[in-house]
Formats: sequence, C-alpha cells, structure tokens
Amino acid sequence: MHGSNLYEGQKLALKYFTVAIVLFGAQLLFGLFAAIQFMYPNFLFGVLDFSINRMVHINALVVWLLYAMIGAVYWLLPDEAGREVVGIKLGNLAFYVLTAAVAVVVLVYLFIQIGPGKESTIWFITEGREYIEAPRWADIGIVVVVLIFLYNVYATVMSGRRTGILAVLMADLIALAGLYLAGMFYTDNIAVDQYWWWWVVHLWVEATWEVYVAAVGGYILIKTLNANRKVVEMWLWIEVAMMFGSGILGLGHHYFWIGTPEYWWEIGALFSALEPVPLVGLFVHVLYDWGKETGKGNKITNVPAFSWLTVETFGNFLGAGVWGFMHTLPQINLYTHGTQWPAAHGHLAFFGAYVAIMIAAVYLAIQGKAGLKELKMTKAGWWAITLITVGVLLMTVSLTIAAYVQTMVERGMYGATWEGFFAAQNNEWFWQGMCWRLVTGLMVIVGYIFLVYDLLTCTKKQPVQESEAEVAAAAA
Amino acid sequence: MGKPSVWSSNRFWRRSATWVTGVSAVLLILLTFDSMSQMQMGTAQDIKNKVDKRIPSPVVINYKIDYQLSRKRGHEVPIIGGMDANGNSKYEEKEKFFGRDNYSEKEARELIHLGKLTIQAKNCMDCHTLLGNGAYYAPDLTKAWLDPNWNTLAPAYGGKEYAMATFLQNPPAMAMHERKMPNLGITKKEAKAVVAYLKFMSAIDTNGFPRNFGKIKGAVDAWK
Repeated sequence: MHGSNLYEGQKLALKYFTVAIVLFGAQLLFGLFAAIQFMYPNFLFGVLDFSINRMVHINALVVWLLYAMIGAVYWLLPDEAGREVVGIKLGNLAFYVLTAAVAVVVLVYLFIQIGPGKESTIWFITEGREYIEAPRWADIGIVVVVLIFLYNVYATVMSGRRTGILAVLMADLIALAGLYLAGMFYTDNIAVDQYWWWWVVHLWVEATWEVYVAAVGGYILIKTLNANRKVVEMWLWIEVAMMFGSGILGLGHHYFWIGTPEYWWEIGALFSALEPVPLVGLFVHVLYDWGKETGKGNKITNVPAFSWLTVETFGNFLGAGVWGFMHTLPQINLYTHGTQWPAAHGHLAFFGAYVAIMIAAVYLAIQGKAGLKELKMTKAGWWAITLITVGVLLMTVSLTIAAYVQTMVERGMYGATWEGFFAAQNNEWFWQGMCWRLVTGLMVIVGYIFLVYDLLTCTKKQPVQESEAEVAAAAA
Repeated sequence: MGKPSVWSSNRFWRRSATWVTGVSAVLLILLTFDSMSQMQMGTAQDIKNKVDKRIPSPVVINYKIDYQLSRKRGHEVPIIGGMDANGNSKYEEKEKFFGRDNYSEKEARELIHLGKLTIQAKNCMDCHTLLGNGAYYAPDLTKAWLDPNWNTLAPAYGGKEYAMATFLQNPPAMAMHERKMPNLGITKKEAKAVVAYLKFMSAIDTNGFPRNFGKIKGAVDAWK
C-alpha cells in the first residue's frame, strides 16, 4: 500500500467511492425485489411494497452516482490542479454529514415509508416525486454539502493549474448544483410541478451529467492511454457545444403531454433527435485515441478502467442515444410515454452513460492507491465487466419486448384504460420479457459480486512490477 | 506548414461551446416564461367566461368532464360541462361530486391541495404514472376519472366518486387484479381529496395524451 503518496483530496475520493459501491449494491438489491414483484405481486406485499423498492432502487442509483461523481472530482482535482485540495477538512466533514443524512433518509424510506397528506410529510418523510423523493430537510442538507464541494473545487483550481478539463468541470458543476434548486418547491399545479421537476431530471441526465462524463472521460483517456491533452480538450469543447446545444432544448421532449403548449412538440423533437450526435463523438473519440496511442507504442496503463470507459462510450450511444431516439418523436411518444419504453431506455442509458464510467474512475483510484504503474485485467474483473454489461444489454432487450407489447396492446388496442393496462401486463410476451428481465438482473448481481471482489483484490493479483514508489526510491 | 486551422483551435471550440450553451439557455428561459404564463391554473371567473385553460380552475369538479376528439386540433381534448356544436367545452352541464355541485373556488382549491399533498405523501408516482410520468407498475392516472371501469362499479356505490374513495381507503378489499394496491392508510378526507384531484387532472389539456382513451372496447383480446 502506498496510500501515503496520495493527496488528501484523493483519500477523500476513496471514501466517496466506497460508499458509492455499497449503494450500488443496494440499488441492485431493491431492483431485484421490484423485478420479482412484477412477476409475483405478493412477494413482500405490505412489507416492502413495489413503490418503496422502486423508490430505493432509483434513489440509490442517483445517490451512488453523485457520490462517485464527487469522488472522481476529488480524485482528479489535485492531480490536474497540481496542488492539494483547498478546504479538505471541510470536505471531510461534508462527507460524513452527507453520509449520515443519506443513512437517515434510507432508514425513513424503509421503516416509515409514507405519511399523511400534510406538509410535514414533504419535509420529513418523502416528497413523493420520482427520483427526487428525498424530504425537504435532506434537500437543504444536500445544498449545503454541495456548496462546500463547489467551494473546494473553485478554491483549488483558482490557486492551482487551470486545465481545460477543470474549466469545463467548474462551469458544469455549478449548473448541476443550481438545477437541483428547481426541484425544491411544492405546488398544487401538477403540470407546473412536472415542468420544473424535468429541469432537474432532464438537465441533469441529458445535459450536465453528460458534460461531466465527457470531462472525466477525457481525464481517464489521458491517464490510461497517455492521450494528447490538447486533442482531448479540443474534443471536450466540441462535445460541450454539441451536448448543451442539443440537450438544453431537448428538454422539450418531456413537455409533449403534461399540460404544456404545443410548440414543445417541434422544439423537443428537433433538439432531442440531435442528442445522439455528441454520443457518437464520444466513442469515435475513444476508438481514435486508442488506435493512435497504441499505434505509437503507448501501452494501456489501466486496462479495467479503459475497458469500462469503452463500455461507457458504446453504452451511452446505444442506451441514451439509440434507445432514447427510438421513442423521442411526439408521433411515437404519444403511444410509448408512460410504458416500459422509458424503463428499457433508462436501464441501458444510466448504465451506459454513467455507471460504466464511474466504475472506470474507481479502477483508476484503486491503481493510484496501490501506486501501480500498470493495472491489468484480472479474471474476476473480466467476469465483472462481461456479466454486468451483457446482463444490462439483455435486460434492455427484454424490457424493450415488453414495451412493444404494452404499446401495441394497452395503447394501440385499448386506448390506455385500466383494462388495457392489465391486458398488456397479462400478455404472454410481456410476461416473458419480465421473466428475462429477472434472469438478466441476477446476471448483473453476480457481476456486481465479481466487481466488489475484484476492486478489493485486483491490485494484489498483478504480475510483479516495480511500483512508482520503488522507481522513485531507486532514482533517489 | 501554413497557418494553423481554426478547426483545430481549442480557443475556437471553447468560444463556440460557450455561445451555443448561452444561446440555448436564454431560449429555454424565454420559452419557460411563455409556458408558465400558459400553464397557470385558471379561475372560477375563466369558467364563467367560458375561457379554455390548459390547467383549469379546480371548480371543474362541479362539472361533467369528458374527453373528445377535437377536429380543429386533431386529437382528444377535455370537454368541461358539455360540448357545443363546434366541439368546444360549454361549461354548463354540472355533475354532483360527493352530493354537491356548488364547490366554491376556495373549497375546490383546498380539496385539490390536500389531494396533491396526499398523492405525494403516499408515493403514488412510484407505482403509477401521472400525466404519463412515474413508475410502470400500475395504470396511468391521467384520465383515471374517466376510466370506463369506474362507470361499471359506480352504481353499486352510489356514484363513481364514492366507488373510488372507498377503493382508496382499503384497496386490497376491492382488489381487481392479482397485482393489487396496498393499504396506504388513506383517510376518508384524504380519499375524497385524491378523487377530487383525479377529476381535476382529467380536465388538464394534455395535447391528446393518452390517445383513444376508453374508445376502443375489447377490439382484440390480445392475451386469450
């Protein structure tokens, strides 16, 4: 172990990554419960109802990704800026406060679950708004913690090296944090409620998070391939232009049917149809640098991180790009909105765009913590990436088949009534889709076990090599 | 080597990114101002003046609500208080809601306030979809008030609002499918408010979503 060579910021990153991976496990567990309930509705009925499992499933996902995102910033920040993180003590305090708050929120979700129809429920139990169910007190706590994080990032960069990657991150993180405020108020008007709710959800996952991923992806390319910084940063600015250029007004594709004016049909259709374009750019970029750098004789210095980054670029394009485009036009969305379509798209998109790159970032940190010049893929690491990637891909296909059935039967044939809903849910093909979703979900869980095992052991299973510390010692 | 190309200049792309982002953000903000002005909740006065609002006043709970194809707009629209010859809402035909059709604006607003709070407090959105957003474990509630299924149940309960409120207070007792709704401890008062919200929501102009709601009865029985 050469942890002592790490910046304090990087040690804090390791803490964030640890909690992230634990919450990843919780996400999968509660997803499993929900998947079982689709097939056997009496499973845990009255104890952990579907709504609770589903809420914990998606909240754990969002929170672990945010943990990993903060972790990755703390990891690369001192490295890029060339100095220790400013305000690290405050940063550590914020980590413990946030983790305690998350623990309390989860316990309340699991054991109190719901409340009476009063403001106090919104403040202390749940806000009951998909993805951002966290009660109001936790919202305020999150804002405080994020302000500390932003302070640390800004103060560090201002007094250190200002790279293009850091410039993009600084602008992006402030937008990301500011958008959260759009989801923090109550209104009786459900149309206005959902309008602003999408500002948080869409402008996170289809704009600011995508730009975040492009920036961190660039950093991983430099680290694992020794890619040329100038080229990486030029690509990054192009990505930012394309992602924000399509993603900001692409928000319109959520405004087709929620009481909004009709002009969003055209705006949403046009801009969201352009959203896949930057995602093509991402994987072209990675493949280009891969070929170029290995052609020059550069070795991949962290094979698992680079492999997960590659999975990310293709997964992002397929999940967010292709699966998103498939149901983004209003003529089609009229029938697919509110069916298993967004579920199919959501699974591959969140995995492809965000989960994979965060795992890549964790592998980068694992390598850095052990002070290894090279990190090769172990057998367990191979099983992890294969089982998780193939599992999520097949799960998406299963959900897509179920989605077709639901769209045709419930929406096309029955016109979306109660009877139509259950006619679709009882359809044999829909049921088979749900069966395969459960099987592929189990595949992902086995992959997760391999992943955790590999993260804990891979640095000890590397072929003998000189560590950076030993090289430094020999040179001294 | 000639002059370095602008296409490989980081400065050029940084500026492009900034401009594109800035212009997009400004457009979004301008469109949001316009959307918000069109999405404000209507008032009882609007209904009196027969002014269509995308989100009508909650006093629509005093009226008969329907969902009919509008020739002009090419999709279904909510019809409040009966339809005139041109396919527009007449705002005339009333309908008793829990025995009354004279809820004042204040009373109606209080009802839907409690309804919305209850909908959030019980996490409805993590099984159902509302306006098509939420989870996909249970039926969409956008037009639940108009679902033909409630019309079948209505006579036994003395009206569909009573059937819906009874269901909400103890769903397993009225389970209509193996995948049943759990008992969420919804009180009588909350149940009435939630039903009011569902009736109000069915009057929101959703640009024709969902399509053909309740129009196709048993066209093809897909699973037998």
